[in-house]
Amino acid sequence: MNSPVKLSCQNLWKIYGVEPDSFFSQANGKVQDSAGHAVKIRDTGHIVACGDVSFDVHVGEIFVIMGLSGSGKSTVVRCLSRLVEPTAGEVLLDGEDLLKKSASELIDIRRHKMGMVFQSFGLMPHLSVMDNIAFPLKLQGMSVPDRRDRAQRVIDLVGLTGREKSYPRQLSGGQQQRVGIARSLAVEPDIWFLDEPFSALDPLIRREMQNEFLSIQNQLQKSIVFITHDFLEALRIADRMMIMRDGQIVQIGTPADLIVNPADDYVADFTNDVPVTRVLTARSIVSTLEDPNQGTDLPKVEEQCCLEDLLPVLAESSGARVCEADGTVLGIVTADNVIRALARETASNEL
Amino acid sequence: MNSETRRWLLWIILIALLLLFQLLGTKNNWFLAYPKGWEVPFSTVLNHAMNWVVEWFGWFFRGLADIFSIPVSWVQQFLQWLPWPVVIAVTAVISWAASGWRLALFSTLALFYMVVVGYWSESMNSLSLVIISVPLAITTGFVFGVWGFRSEQAEKVIVPMLDMLQTIPAFAYLLPILLLFGFGPVVGLIASVLFAFPPMVRNTMLGLRRVPIEIVESGLMSGATPRQLFWQVRIPSASRQMLLGANQTTMAAVSMVIIAAVIGGTADIGWEVLLHVRRAGFGESILAGIVIAFLAMVIDRITYGFVGKESQLPDEEVGYFHRYRYLILGSATALIVFLLANFIPALREWPQSLEVYPADTMNEWLESFVLSWSGIIGTFKSISFFYIMLPVREGLINTISPYSWGFEFTSPLRIGYGVAVILLAGWFAYKRRINLALTILFMGVLLFFGLTKLSWLILLLMASLLGYQLGGIKLGIGTLLALLTLATAGVWTEAMLSIYLCSIAVMISFLVGGLIGVIASEVAVVSKIVRPINDTLQTMPLFVILIPFVMIFKIGEFSALLAIIAYAIVPSIRYTEHGLRSVPSDVIEAGTSMGCTRWQLLTQVKLPLALPVIMLGLNQTIMYAIAMLVIAALVGTNGLGQQVYIGLSDGDFGVGIVAGLGMAFIAMIADRFTQAWNEKRQAVYS
Ligand SMILES: Nc1ncnc2c1ncn2[C@@H]1O[C@H](COP(=O)(O)OP(=O)(O)O)[C@@H](O)[C@H]1O
Ligand SMILES: [Mg+2]
Repeated sequence: MNSPVKLSCQNLWKIYGVEPDSFFSQANGKVQDSAGHAVKIRDTGHIVACGDVSFDVHVGEIFVIMGLSGSGKSTVVRCLSRLVEPTAGEVLLDGEDLLKKSASELIDIRRHKMGMVFQSFGLMPHLSVMDNIAFPLKLQGMSVPDRRDRAQRVIDLVGLTGREKSYPRQLSGGQQQRVGIARSLAVEPDIWFLDEPFSALDPLIRREMQNEFLSIQNQLQKSIVFITHDFLEALRIADRMMIMRDGQIVQIGTPADLIVNPADDYVADFTNDVPVTRVLTARSIVSTLEDPNQGTDLPKVEEQCCLEDLLPVLAESSGARVCEADGTVLGIVTADNVIRALARETASNEL
Repeated sequence: MNSETRRWLLWIILIALLLLFQLLGTKNNWFLAYPKGWEVPFSTVLNHAMNWVVEWFGWFFRGLADIFSIPVSWVQQFLQWLPWPVVIAVTAVISWAASGWRLALFSTLALFYMVVVGYWSESMNSLSLVIISVPLAITTGFVFGVWGFRSEQAEKVIVPMLDMLQTIPAFAYLLPILLLFGFGPVVGLIASVLFAFPPMVRNTMLGLRRVPIEIVESGLMSGATPRQLFWQVRIPSASRQMLLGANQTTMAAVSMVIIAAVIGGTADIGWEVLLHVRRAGFGESILAGIVIAFLAMVIDRITYGFVGKESQLPDEEVGYFHRYRYLILGSATALIVFLLANFIPALREWPQSLEVYPADTMNEWLESFVLSWSGIIGTFKSISFFYIMLPVREGLINTISPYSWGFEFTSPLRIGYGVAVILLAGWFAYKRRINLALTILFMGVLLFFGLTKLSWLILLLMASLLGYQLGGIKLGIGTLLALLTLATAGVWTEAMLSIYLCSIAVMISFLVGGLIGVIASEVAVVSKIVRPINDTLQTMPLFVILIPFVMIFKIGEFSALLAIIAYAIVPSIRYTEHGLRSVPSDVIEAGTSMGCTRWQLLTQVKLPLALPVIMLGLNQTIMYAIAMLVIAALVGTNGLGQQVYIGLSDGDFGVGIVAGLGMAFIAMIADRFTQAWNEKRQAVYS
């Protein structure tokens, strides 16, 4: 990722229990051996909801947090938005420490820079779709015509045109979440948090919503932290992802990294069921060029083209050239590369 | 010896001791009747304290009373001055706004009834008290509710205070207020505010607490300031629960305004009923009672209508007229009717010649009814009296006589009775139903000697032990202290008389009500018939329920018993039906697929699963019975209720408040016992 860092979170801890603060001598949460420290804390009967979590989210990136339920995903994102106060650590938004902001500064940031979508939607039952979406704007004191205009734009964006006057209870789950998405976008945030936004929906609807989410992101290019417990969902959406267990990071990387090089069995367990051909991209199996003129006659494929799409190309020719979006050639792939990658995968799965 | 056995042994010892005491003791033994010499003159002390307060702070309360009486008399005068059709028109429009034209029609007819019968001015006097007290009670309740929601410490003080306020019988409120504030309509006002605000507090706290966390978080993420979060997120999300609280508060206020009539001095509708009930004027009291019932029903349906209404905030796009349609319509109608009334005198004041007041006819009808059915009425009354009430109160030993049962309770018979009880208990003990066996033994002793004649000492120990076993050491000690207070205050006998009447009423209500509930849950038609009757009984001010029973069975304990049953049976029916109906359908389907017959399904599947809800119904039945017991004192009972009433009519603060607190203690013990028992049972399941 070359774009600048939007949101950075360093050594973030959140401890629940009687005396959560007693475990940290310094507020930045830096400790020598974080795993050992977490064990120590747990032994005193405290809950480590999030332990020494650090990662960066770049501008325009979709960063996915994945893990089983109870692994601390919601806690992390709530710390980032300061819905819960972290016990220790730093959260930098555009380089400024969010945890040092006063209450009124925080309100201001939430009014202009942050948007959040909740698993169970969190819609106000007493407000119509229009009023729900315009609610954050109303809180800012925006005039009625202005906020109607702005709300109408996001309503159109999420495809709810015509339902403005309905109440949440009159909508289906998918539609309600559209309202939730529209509301979080109404303030035109830079950083967008989504906490399992599609988990409460039926599989078919979920897929449709994922597509729409991607197409919205294509237009808006927000910096996103997206939480899910569904690995396939993560695969479809993530630029990079982070896997959590018991409040701690297990691995951070691109989806392909995780599949090819799972850090441990926990990660491998997630990746096992995924059809490899869907995950491995041309980029991950490419061999570098031996000389710049090699294979100039071969067809071009994009770097994130997955094997599923690559196989028909290889059936037609002896290999393919892999290019980045700007046309730079990374190398070539041949049927050989594919076979070796698949063999590696099958072997690791059988272990 | 394991703890189970030890527990049983303890009970057997207590029962044996009881039997021993009963056999050995004579009337004046210290262990049978609490000795006079051991009594502590609580009531005298309380009276002195009250005198002192009145002497020193009386000016303050009288001042308050003067201040409060100003708006009351304004509203009273205003309502009296308004031509009756204006009031009806406005009420109709409000009803329409609340729930539609049906309610508007009902309200119109109900209010018109008050006009035609000639109770308009009395009704308006009662209504004006309600109009002032309801907003006060709702605001008070809201403020306390928010406070309790915000601070856990406050909640720890508020909740027990509410428990107390809600279990102290309504009459007992009136006396201290009367002494502090002096005679006048303000007493009814203050009493009704105090009596009515607790449900609002509870519902406000509950509603605010139940706002889903995600809604609060989404409010926060929308950038709400703390104030915006409270007023624009929490309060609107909790509004339905709070409206429910407002509805309950309103109904309690209505009921207290009516009850407050017993102190007299107000020409309101409650007083009218009371007057005629005491004079045994059937027709008059029914006619006035119906007014109260209508008043309560109209107010209930209107407030409830607003609860059920879809919350539609004024939409900015709809026109001015549409948004304020009810307001405009209401004012326009009121104005037109008002102008009309200036030309048509009958609209200003309903002419006496047009009044319909068929009291005499009704009285004649009742007389002939009672006369022609006197045989059955008499038999019913004496059977219940000699075979149920007297044995429980005085014991078989004092009841069975040639005059009542037709034979003498001879020694062989007594021995036979004892042997039968022991055999029955032994049979159940053999079947490992030890608790049942113990209950039978105890009931055997109780029925033989009578509840009021049983040793206070053993009863006190038994209740405390039961409390301890049901709810732990706290409940045990609490029970002990509460009952000891009753004994030392010298109201043990009265307390037993109250318990005796209440428990018979509760038992019958629970059995009959449970049966009706079961039938209603199985047969849709029955459910349809029972529901409106229940609704009506529940909104009916307690006074009114007394009327028919008093008229047919005359003043006395028996009428009181029937009135208590009529009121306390409602929760038994409701909860039983509700519990049975809300058994999850997959469990029922599983049962059906295993080949259960309908009867098996009911007894083996539904009833056990519905038991927690049914027990909640029992709890409510007890509470309702105790609430009604005080009102029933008006028609002659002998327990604490009567003491409260005596204290009130003699202006004896000490006597009234001691008896009132005594009833509150009994109510609280009964409440905690049933709850603890329920929890214990549920703990077995999970
Ligand atoms: N307010 C709280 N008090 C105590 N423990 C909590 C609280 N909130 C979350 N936890 C605990 O922190 C852990 C992580 O929770 P959460 O972040 O909600 O997980 P996830 O979103 O991944 O399902 C869980 O074990 C949960 O029980
Ligand atoms: Mg979560």
